[in-house]
Amino acid sequence: MITMEHVCKSYRIAKRNAGFGEACKALFRREYEVIQALNDVSFTIGDGEMVGYIGPNGAGKSSTIKILSGILTPDSGTVLVDGRIPHKNRIRHVSRIGVVFGQRSQLWWDVPVIDSFELLKDIYSISETDYKESLEELTELLNLGELLRSPARQLSLGQRMRCEIAASLLHRPRILFLDEPTIGLDAVSKLAVRDFILRQNQTHKTTVILTTHDMQDIEALASRILLIGRGKILMDGTLEDIKKGGDSIDETVAELYRSYDI
Amino acid sequence: MRESAHKLSRKSIRRSKPISIQKSIRLYMHYVSINVRSAMQYKMSFFLTAVGQFLVSFTVFLGIFFMFDRFHAVEGFTYSEVLLCFSVMLLEFSLAEMFARGFDAFSGMVRKAEFDRILVRPRNEILQVLGSKFELTRIGRMLQAVVMFGYGIAKSEVSWNFSKVMTVLFMLIGGTAVFTGLFLIYAALCFFTLDGLEFMNVFTDGAREYGKYPVGIYGEKLLLFSTFVIPYALVQYYPLLYLLGRRTEKILIFLPLFACAFLLPALLLWKFGVRHYKSSGS
Repeated sequence: MITMEHVCKSYRIAKRNAGFGEACKALFRREYEVIQALNDVSFTIGDGEMVGYIGPNGAGKSSTIKILSGILTPDSGTVLVDGRIPHKNRIRHVSRIGVVFGQRSQLWWDVPVIDSFELLKDIYSISETDYKESLEELTELLNLGELLRSPARQLSLGQRMRCEIAASLLHRPRILFLDEPTIGLDAVSKLAVRDFILRQNQTHKTTVILTTHDMQDIEALASRILLIGRGKILMDGTLEDIKKGGDSIDETVAELYRSYDI
Repeated sequence: MRESAHKLSRKSIRRSKPISIQKSIRLYMHYVSINVRSAMQYKMSFFLTAVGQFLVSFTVFLGIFFMFDRFHAVEGFTYSEVLLCFSVMLLEFSLAEMFARGFDAFSGMVRKAEFDRILVRPRNEILQVLGSKFELTRIGRMLQAVVMFGYGIAKSEVSWNFSKVMTVLFMLIGGTAVFTGLFLIYAALCFFTLDGLEFMNVFTDGAREYGKYPVGIYGEKLLLFSTFVIPYALVQYYPLLYLLGRRTEKILIFLPLFACAFLLPALLLWKFGVRHYKSSGS
């Protein structure tokens, strides 16, 4: 379903010291630092798999998601998702995937959520019957009901995240990318979101890739874990591979990060 | 597994029929409608901006009016001729603004990586950018331009015939294309600078200002510039001369259509910019 082979991606980052004088100097001469976001990353994910993608901040998780969803072009290496090269056939590719950025909203701020959904229906050219069916199912499973009639700006974060996830699934994508979907959510919303993702994976066989810092997400959802650090895949295994003794999973992962010096 | 992936990809090829123009227009209207609905959430601000915008553009008109009270003509062009020139240019600008001003807010979209969201949706990027921002106040300015246009045509002492009507029509098409191209270039540059480039307004708002007068009066150099670099003169000066009967070459009728070619380099720059796009954050 998804293959990445020897993918590299680097960014150039402008650097300067604090202060107004430095800012002026940087107007003319700028120092750059090249950051290797992804360094020879390879992995394969099968159809219907649910994979947790973990690693410390800045390890390259988001870069991977952005390359897989066609937002960024890799510097080198090959990427194949469901038989497509994401950055080459962008429009064809993105009509078959769903992406949730936990930190960014895709709903229109000032209008009721249902208005955003209607717009998405047009954007993805979803037929009337399919749209109704998806909407009904998502409304029931995510308990959206009355939420759909309020403007996004007046929803709580948990309520909004449920709507965001529904918005990404209206067109029934076969692959779902979730970039920190549970960030900042309370316990109830977290459970609801996890529950839903699990069910989506089981009933629709949707392939799910999920990045998170919440190890309980991983525990609840992912049968397989990819650990990335400093742009390299450090480990590819199951939860059991990581877990050792009676330590909590957070401690184990922190220990793991330390042992890899990332 | 490999075989099934193959089959799947073939299926998705069949699925993705080319998206028709009608569908794109419908989607754009949907965007406009959702923008209007958003704006209507804030009643007071909505009405005040509309009134304010109208007053601002009205002073533009007053400005010329008072000036002509004293001069009456500019280098061989009478009041009514300059009025015609200005009103056509204003309508061209307003038409372009109406559809393409969404690019104005584009630098913010690039910096805050909101462009990510646009890239993960299966529609043309330009259509989505234009749809993402649409102030209703533009309709106010547009209406004003239409009134001004009507007034300019009515006051003009042109003896209208078929080819002259076509000339005006082509001027409107070409002029809208030129301004749209400028807005597009402005947006494309944001991919590289990550910031709005105020100087570009010299070419857009600026052109509207100095476009009040036939470009020819500004001298040879500017006329050359606006013929070959940014083709204002093709949509303004030359066809105007035809309208006013100062020149009679038939080619002048079609010159504004050539100006549409200006969209091509603008589009190329945009495509190049999209490839250059680096997301940001998280």
